[in-house]
Amino acid sequence: MKFSIQVNEGPYQHQASDSAYQFTKAALEKGHECFRIFFYHDGVLNGTRLTTPPQDDRNIVKNWTELAEKYDLDLVVCVAAAQRRGIVDDGEAERNGKDATNIAPKFRISGLGQLVEAAIQSDRLVVFGD
Amino acid sequence: MSDLHTVNKSPFEKNSLESCLRLSKSGSAILLYEDGVYGALKGTAVENMIASVVGDRKIYVLGPDYKARGLDETRIIDGVEVVDYAGFVDLVEANDKVQAWV
Repeated sequence: MKFSIQVNEGPYQHQASDSAYQFTKAALEKGHECFRIFFYHDGVLNGTRLTTPPQDDRNIVKNWTELAEKYDLDLVVCVAAAQRRGIVDDGEAERNGKDATNIAPKFRISGLGQLVEAAIQSDRLVVFGD
Repeated sequence: MSDLHTVNKSPFEKNSLESCLRLSKSGSAILLYEDGVYGALKGTAVENMIASVVGDRKIYVLGPDYKARGLDETRIIDGVEVVDYAGFVDLVEANDKVQAWV
């Protein structure tokens, strides 16, 4: 079955990023397909490579990147939510005149249309967050 | 086909569980996870709210989240089924759509 996941909450806020990650991992391990993971609202903060959690804590951003590398996942960050919260890739840095980027590997910034498409193309859309 | 409702907030913090129980249809499945697992406990002020719909709706609790909060498995309300993440995935697959109550 084809799943898509929506994450509305930042990492280390409550538990939504962890739940979404564990759910996605379990679905992939069961042989399901994951069409897209869409990060919305504070969820876009899952996509900064500049986080440095303590070494004995889970690194949520790195977990997403590694899962995406293993299963070739499409990790999409909402552009409007990202601009508000300072998540920047090369294109956004250029467009908005920023002096740096911070997008994590395997993440990309795109629009809300990607969420609509994910909902249409997938058998199930599962929402995590506040 | 039925719906899966997910509740991730404690019934002692928000009224999302109450809303979910009030508005979900007979025969639908409800998964309590994250802080929502507190709703599955026996001997609380909201026990009757859950116990009264067991049988009409299928109530599940996510075991890893329940255990992570140090809760005793013997205190789960009768008729509430414990699932792991693989069981969560199966519930999503088995139901037509998923409604998150946050």
